Amino acid sequence: MITGLRVEGLAIRRGERVLFRDLAFRLGAGEALALTGANGSGKTSLLRALAGLLRPEAGRIAFEGAVDADAARHEAVHLIGHADGLKGGRTALEELRFQAAWLGGDDHGVAAAIETLALKPLLDLEVRRLSAGQRRRLALARLVSAPRPLWLLDEPMAPLDAARRTLLAGMMREHLSGGGLIVAAVHDPLPIDATGLEIGA
Amino acid sequence: MRPLIALIERELALGWGRGGGPLPALGFYAAITVLLPLAGGSDTGRLAPVAAGVAWMALALASLLSLERLFERDYEDGGLDLLMTGPAPLELVCAVKCLAQWVTTGLPLALAAPVAAVMLGAPLETAPLVLACALAGGLAFAFVGGIGAALALGSRRGGLLVAMIVLPLFSPPVIFGGAALQAAALGSGASGGLLLLLGWTLAAVGLSPLAMGAACRNAVG
Repeated sequence: MITGLRVEGLAIRRGERVLFRDLAFRLGAGEALALTGANGSGKTSLLRALAGLLRPEAGRIAFEGAVDADAARHEAVHLIGHADGLKGGRTALEELRFQAAWLGGDDHGVAAAIETLALKPLLDLEVRRLSAGQRRRLALARLVSAPRPLWLLDEPMAPLDAARRTLLAGMMREHLSGGGLIVAAVHDPLPIDATGLEIGA
Repeated sequence: MRPLIALIERELALGWGRGGGPLPALGFYAAITVLLPLAGGSDTGRLAPVAAGVAWMALALASLLSLERLFERDYEDGGLDLLMTGPAPLELVCAVKCLAQWVTTGLPLALAAPVAAVMLGAPLETAPLVLACALAGGLAFAFVGGIGAALALGSRRGGLLVAMIVLPLFSPPVIFGGAALQAAALGSGASGGLLLLLGWTLAAVGLSPLAMGAACRNAVG
């Protein structure tokens, strides 16, 4: 499993534009990193590169404790962003179950996610009928239903109301205390202890 | 296995639900077979020799119709990201999507093909062969078509691009199947064309996922 994340000399290019170069950081078990920076500075691209969806122009991304980075990405990484991959025509429960089964969780995980994120009243609704905040809670459910050590979160707080933000902060704290890692792109400060890193500065 | 089963279930459900499931392709198929006698004359003496061939060609065109959306939705809504962080390699995911596409549109079309052929005047004895060609050919169309759909990701007017990419790859199975049907009509045994068609289908099922995986990765990155 992943016990650390090390990034060295990372450069990412989108089209003609180099978003950043020579980015380096190390994150250990139980640590969180808050990425800040202006719109378009490359926070989302960095998260996608960490998840292996985007090939960096230069540099190295290494997962400590994992033999093979690609295998680790298939088993140990959660990426949650604006495009959450949930299907509008399916019910919340169907998508909840699929997320859990696909990412390696089980029925206990699904029950725990429903409990933790208070999803019970939403289960029968089609995903397209959910509000932005409800939909985000459904996407965040995979963090609980299929435990994985590295969380890559893109603006996780943005659509949530105050109470759910506190809830998510609690989930993050618990994840970190269990040896997990979090990298989150944020505009507001994260409500947990996190190292800050400004992108594109 | 559990993740894959969940994926198959979901893809089938989405396939049935997506834009009316198999109905648009079936409707298109029905339209071609109804319009052909209207346009080309309803003289059975002229229709009968080409009936099986037309039913077969119309099947290729109808399978093309629903291909455009195969990866498009997943690409736009982040579904591909979710699928790529799952336990299965992307190639396997692509194969599952194509298989679901075949079950939800290829299979209904294959069942309609012999009916269409006989309605156009093909002898009843050719119906099993038309069905066999349609079943195997439909599978090849779904997988080869998936390459086109994956390559066209992120482009506007993707449908046109899919057709341009896919038509040359559709030609060999259409030729093999057509040859089998012609040989059967002449009474000289259809096995040669059918075997070539099956070979092409096997190659398509085996090799297309590699191309689709690479194309999807390229589009996402």
